[in-house]
Amino acid sequence: MPQLDRTPQARFITRLAAVLPLPIMQPVLDRIVRRIAASHSEIFDRLGSYRYSTYVIDTEDLPFALVLSPDPDQPKLRAVKRKDLPPHDARITGTFLSLFKLIDTGEDGDALFFSRTLLISGDTEAVVRLRNALDDVDGSIAADAAGLFGLTGRFVLSRLRHSTAPSL
Amino acid sequence: MMTSNLPAVAALTLGPIAYHWSAETRRDFYAKIADETPIDTVYLGEVICSKRAPFFANDLPEIAERLIKAGKTVVFSSLAEVMTVRERRITTEMMTLGEAEVEVNNSAGLLAIDGRPHRLGPFMNVYNEETLSVLAGRGAHHVCLPAELPGPAVALMAEAAAALGVGIEVQVFGRAPLATSARCYHARAHGRTKDNCRFVCEEDPDGMPLSTRDGVPFLRVNGVQTQSETYLALIEEIAYLKEIGVSGLRLMPQQVDMVSVAAVFDDLRRGMIESNEAEERLSEICIGTRLSNGFFHGLAGYRRITKAAASFS
Amino acid sequence: MPLDSATSELVCPAGTPAALRTAVDAGADSIYCGFQNETNARNFPGLNFTPDQLAGSVAYAHSRGAKVLLALNTYPPAGKFALWREAADLGAKLNVDAFIVADIGVAAYIKKNYPDRRLHLSVQAAAASPEAIRYYCETLAVKRVVLPRILTIPEIRQIKREIPCEIETFIFGNHGLMVEGRCSLTNYTTGLSTNMDGVCSPAADVEYRPEADGTLSTRLGAFTIDRFGPDETAGYPTICKGRYIAPGRPEGYYAFEEPVSLNLARLLSDLIGAGVNAFKIEGRQRSRSYVRSVVSAFRTAVDDVRAGREPDIADLLALTEGRKETQGAFETKKWR
Repeated sequence: MPQLDRTPQARFITRLAAVLPLPIMQPVLDRIVRRIAASHSEIFDRLGSYRYSTYVIDTEDLPFALVLSPDPDQPKLRAVKRKDLPPHDARITGTFLSLFKLIDTGEDGDALFFSRTLLISGDTEAVVRLRNALDDVDGSIAADAAGLFGLTGRFVLSRLRHSTAPSL
Repeated sequence: MMTSNLPAVAALTLGPIAYHWSAETRRDFYAKIADETPIDTVYLGEVICSKRAPFFANDLPEIAERLIKAGKTVVFSSLAEVMTVRERRITTEMMTLGEAEVEVNNSAGLLAIDGRPHRLGPFMNVYNEETLSVLAGRGAHHVCLPAELPGPAVALMAEAAAALGVGIEVQVFGRAPLATSARCYHARAHGRTKDNCRFVCEEDPDGMPLSTRDGVPFLRVNGVQTQSETYLALIEEIAYLKEIGVSGLRLMPQQVDMVSVAAVFDDLRRGMIESNEAEERLSEICIGTRLSNGFFHGLAGYRRITKAAASFS
Repeated sequence: MPLDSATSELVCPAGTPAALRTAVDAGADSIYCGFQNETNARNFPGLNFTPDQLAGSVAYAHSRGAKVLLALNTYPPAGKFALWREAADLGAKLNVDAFIVADIGVAAYIKKNYPDRRLHLSVQAAAASPEAIRYYCETLAVKRVVLPRILTIPEIRQIKREIPCEIETFIFGNHGLMVEGRCSLTNYTTGLSTNMDGVCSPAADVEYRPEADGTLSTRLGAFTIDRFGPDETAGYPTICKGRYIAPGRPEGYYAFEEPVSLNLARLLSDLIGAGVNAFKIEGRQRSRSYVRSVVSAFRTAVDDVRAGREPDIADLLALTEGRKETQGAFETKKWR
């Protein structure tokens, strides 16, 4: 993996991940994905049969990747080590910050992709559907998820939104 | 309006030359068509680029006369794209010629010819029975369908056309028109624009080849037009076209022995040879160029399907 | 409600209900959208509106004084006309403010069954001359024509003098130089048709292939559309935006066009002067944030121009697809 200048956000998440080993992070991710599934059912309509697909969200500047299975009956979001990636239909690779912005501010995915900030491989239709599905959500998915965790959630969200990045 | 007695044998037609052939090449070509082929209807005219039109206008009357003397029906085809003052004038004038039959390729021509008998070319986007009905009601008595229309849709069009007393023509040979533009891609390839093109398209009488960056032949550039690399070829499908009542089989002029191509399709339409013999002869004539029939089968146009069951129900 | 040339209607794209609300809130006068099927020319996977979503969107737009235009701008192949008929019936029932059509049969159906509804002629009908436009106005009662992006301002002015209907022109977004509604490149390559299925270079046939040397090749079906070095900005493999090899161009070149985006913000007053009634922003497949940014910027720009002020359009550059901007054909014919 290439050496990456980590943003403050990525370093923050990495430190959190060090404190919360993957088995303990998992219930948190479960709550997040179930909350998103419950409050934004229209996402699944737009995914169509791709709700049964597996997406790898490769946050390249974090020590783990995320695996998403958006099945409305059993939505799953797991953090896995890169050596343990399961078979998957599509992979979206990008820095944590660019991926976070996608689901927080609805930052233009096209602009991110065209500047090769995001890289897509595998089933392109799966990715296009996911992108269109996420775009049909009012407000911020990230804020929604953070809302589950009260004060802690708001703290994490504001750390992640903190946009100035001091040079390393 | 003409009555719809379907002829026992579909007409064999020759579409308008898409390319910019030299005057000599063109004259020789049409002389052969007149004297050596059983082609029934010949479409004449510059359809792609208005800049080329004056060259053709010179010998057009002589060529038309030669073909008519040989017993061919001559139809004049109009421009597919009409935008400039000149193109608008050429088109309107062609619609008001009066005597000769005209094939309209742009809705600009429809205004002038509205209510009088005329033909519609493949650029008029007649895709369905409703559109056909509207235009037939305004004077269209013969329609050449878009090359991308799949077989089952062609059958439905033929059925609707028969009820309206309208002829249906389908392209059965030659490069498929895939796109048109206002920008000239021939000129662009040579670092020029349409205005100062110096007619560089004349260098490519069968279209300028475009390959992918892997070196795979993909498309052909013909001035403002983009065409398929492959020659569309409906061979096994001819029997089916006859069955469903298609009244015209269009051959597009390519840089191959078109007299022999016409002979193959003549034999096919008369049921005098089987598909495999036609296939052999055509492959020989077109050596070096792949054949395709994907559009007709609802698949990617570049693909070739053979031994398909002739059942589209 | 009749529109006059003083209106300068801002017509904005919406691929989802969220995008439509975003556009309305950002100041759009009209929003155009389509159903989740091949009746419109942006039939992308996971995009567009269900009937219920359209109903809700029309209510939202109307309550805020905005209009909804339903795109039915593809060509039904024989045997499938019922789908377009149903879409038209549904649109009429839901009180959309206009239908954007290309196929003559579809236009005739709406004219016959809903004679009081507005018909707008899509750019997919490729009506680029006064004669063509007049034909549609006289035979199908079309009230507005969306002009192809290839016309210059003097040409637009001339057209306006000779036609009885309103004019809508594109001012921002994806720039196509192929004649719309006449392209079978996608069907040739994939078996799905732009005209009949409303798709262009469909995602299902797209592959991004990273190569060992760090380059990225983009493919559509069996064909490589382009290749990008590590420092190059990649693009979606739209066929007419790819790079190819020709005799005399062995290095691979943009045979058809370079990926640029249209931005006519500086020509707004000229366009109004030429008689343009409505400005169209392209991008139903773009995100909410694109819609928000572009619509707000043009809302301000149009309002500025109409009040006699200089519009500020600096922020719009970042949104263009390939990072290159053009004013396209509108200023000069020299590019042809």
